[in-house]
Amino acid sequence: MATQHSRSAARLMMAPAVILLLGWMLVPLTMTLFFSFKRYLPLRGDSLERGLDWVGFENYARFLSSSSFWPSVQATLVIVGGVLVVTVVLGVLLALLLDQPFWGQGIVRILVIAPFFVMPTVSALVWKNMFMDPVNGILAHLWRFFGAEPVSWLSDASLQSIILIVSWQWLPFATLILLTAVQSLDSEQLEAAEMDGAPAFARFGFIILPHLARAITIVILIQTIFLLSIFAEIFVTTGGSFGTRTLTYLIFQRVVDSQNIGLGSAGGVYAIILANIIAIFLMRIVGKNLDR
Amino acid sequence: MARATTTRRKVITTAVAWAIGLLIFFPIYWTILTSFKTEAQAINDPPLFFFFDWTLENYAIVQERSDYMRFLWNSVVLAGGSTLLGILVAVPAAWSMAFVPSKRTKDILLWMLSTKMLPAVGVLYPISLIFVQFNLLDTRIGLVVVLMLINLPIIVWMLYTYFKEIPVEILEAARMDGASLREEILYILTPMAVPGIASTILLNFILAWNEAFWTLNLTAAKAGPLTAFIASYSSPEGLFFAKLSAASTMAIAPILVLGWFSQKQLVRGLTFGAVK
Amino acid sequence: MGRIVLDQVKKRFGDVTVIPELDLEIEDGEFVVFVGPSGCGKSTLLRLIAGLEDVTDGKIVIDGTDATEVPPARRGLAMVFQSYALYPHMSVRKNIAFPLRMARLAPAEQKRRVEQAAEVLNLTDYLDRRPGQLSGGQRQRVAIGRAIVREPSAFLFDEPLSNLDAALRVGMRLEISELHKRLKTTMIYVTHDQVEAMTMADKIVVLQAGVIEQVGSPLELYRRPRNTFVAGFIGSPKMNLICGPEAAKHDATTIGIRPEHIDISETDGAWKGTIGVSEHLGSDTFFHVQCDGLAEPLTVRAPGERALSYGADVHLTPRREHMHRFDAQGLRID
Repeated sequence: MATQHSRSAARLMMAPAVILLLGWMLVPLTMTLFFSFKRYLPLRGDSLERGLDWVGFENYARFLSSSSFWPSVQATLVIVGGVLVVTVVLGVLLALLLDQPFWGQGIVRILVIAPFFVMPTVSALVWKNMFMDPVNGILAHLWRFFGAEPVSWLSDASLQSIILIVSWQWLPFATLILLTAVQSLDSEQLEAAEMDGAPAFARFGFIILPHLARAITIVILIQTIFLLSIFAEIFVTTGGSFGTRTLTYLIFQRVVDSQNIGLGSAGGVYAIILANIIAIFLMRIVGKNLDR
Repeated sequence: MARATTTRRKVITTAVAWAIGLLIFFPIYWTILTSFKTEAQAINDPPLFFFFDWTLENYAIVQERSDYMRFLWNSVVLAGGSTLLGILVAVPAAWSMAFVPSKRTKDILLWMLSTKMLPAVGVLYPISLIFVQFNLLDTRIGLVVVLMLINLPIIVWMLYTYFKEIPVEILEAARMDGASLREEILYILTPMAVPGIASTILLNFILAWNEAFWTLNLTAAKAGPLTAFIASYSSPEGLFFAKLSAASTMAIAPILVLGWFSQKQLVRGLTFGAVK
Repeated sequence: MGRIVLDQVKKRFGDVTVIPELDLEIEDGEFVVFVGPSGCGKSTLLRLIAGLEDVTDGKIVIDGTDATEVPPARRGLAMVFQSYALYPHMSVRKNIAFPLRMARLAPAEQKRRVEQAAEVLNLTDYLDRRPGQLSGGQRQRVAIGRAIVREPSAFLFDEPLSNLDAALRVGMRLEISELHKRLKTTMIYVTHDQVEAMTMADKIVVLQAGVIEQVGSPLELYRRPRNTFVAGFIGSPKMNLICGPEAAKHDATTIGIRPEHIDISETDGAWKGTIGVSEHLGSDTFFHVQCDGLAEPLTVRAPGERALSYGADVHLTPRREHMHRFDAQGLRID
């Protein structure tokens, strides 16, 4: 509800943001699509000036049939799935715990949130060296203290190690959002359930968990989007070896290391499609929320 | 869900919560602690938790070796510049969507959000190519623009949710009182939205500060921020835990402090207002 | 000066027609109240006059000039909003001075006018407080202060008292009426409360579904409602509307009789009935009486205390000279 005057002013004021984002989305996307249908190996003398050969869907087919494709999908799914399970389960428990009254609530909350602010390169490096180093890492000290043989974490348990590092970074996010959701639960509802004779477990299952369902969905979707594109954590720790080459990292290697732009672009298109499928689900939820 | 509890229960909860809190915080604590040790003490077995000779020499070495101040300055410029630029573009857009909504407003908002979900790696080469074409590689201005663009959807969304809470009537009152559009935004909306704008700035500063895909791929020595600074420590060279810790501490300390201030707004910003 | 003419004004939001077509003249210095049930388009009408909404069709003429395309700020009108719409980050002084500041008045003149308004509205002691530190009534006065400093040609009030508690509402009603007597400026006042309309207005405009049902002074509306809608809307308690054979006896489809125009007696009368619920107000007593042969119970107002118990048999007699008759379309028959 407004006047014609304010509506045209609104359109004008929205223009810069819309145009910028439209450009940011369309220009590179078009280029990626373009390259994905071309043979483009700069190291072998291909260049834009001399024109690129049209190869149709060959890049797409080759990306799918390459021996590293399915392992990279698997690695991606294991890492994303693993982190989601760890962060959501621990996040719910932690949120319920932090919601209880105890001394020093504010300080503990700050301690729990802190990892989120650590830049990915730092957390990856600190974990890699000071914790997971098979000789001098804290975990190696701990293993030796109990008389066990230290583990070469990043080579022998590479996926688990990456999951641990990334979960540590994202647990605060899940906890914080779930805690906010827990706090919005009406205590009268719980008291009513208690009066109705529901024991603690039933209260959790029938009231708290359904109440958290929306927040959990949001946590899962947002984290998935970020986790699908985790880069620094792998770049700094294993460099994609020991079975930790995710789809993102595979594309990165195709483009940057082997300089096969066409192949990498085809991979990029796959990644964009994958991200969009998840994005649609997230948009539905956020969009519904807009109407309220 | 605050409920009356017994003291005994509170004692147990306190113990458990503190134990978990300290466990989660431990890597950060350990990093900060190690940065004050000598290299030999850093790898001592058993680990030294407090009683060692505190030293600042690691910080001196790190500064000398990698010119910390330059990276720090780059981080400040990139995070600050991209955030402020983003705010300038986003405030008018958020005003439009919050106060003059049309049928398409919701679609535009969701579309903006969807650009945030574009996997960066999918457009890495085109962006690099554009950077090369315009001589933007390893420049601060190029990266400021990129970081602004990747965070713009979040900035617009956060401002939108904050603006939505300001009653339209107040802006209409200003209009009746003779304020022009510029005056309405400058004298009424902006002052009223200061808390919201501040937390938007804070969160996006943090996100830009920690961004580690574009900053690693589009910079080298000149414009590299702290993410690149720390990545240069990824190949081990003899005893280097203490120096690594010092460098890490220097990279995360500024943002840890800012982050603690912004924890309330974090939820809202990162869920696009879906959880408050 | 503040003469406002609405000429064939129409308003649609998308496919929804809020105001089909409406003509209205508001004379300079009049206190006009738009009244109607919620959703009747009265607030939209006010916002059209203010310029906060565009008219879909038609003209709005203020003081002889076509103001249809003029932005709100330059129509010379001031508005008091339902939520007061005070600027929370400014002191009372700055709130009241804001329109003057926007008009680029000299600071000394601003100060003089703000202090004068504050004096009139008893706000002098609160000038340096923030709106958040004021009570509901004080906020209301600040909103009025912000409106009067501009010396507008007309004031627009959008349900200004609906956020106040009952006692305060009566007080503010008087204050606004007094303000009108003193300033003699045109005031347009929107409310859903017919008591406010009756007590304050020079002229009441009764609206329903964007259509003007009747325009007139409060007593005109009370004495000669043009149709059954106005008859039922104006007056408290509501007029009794009777259909069926009883109405046919008076050559009408519906007859209306106000509760205060029915005499109640224990011995004899026109209609026989039994007492239902009685409401004792001290000054009056309201009886709900179920009469033989009438579908709906009638409300009867008896002055002072009357002790009639539940279920008692009574007789009612309507005063013929106060009876209203309506035809099949609900229009008044004279």
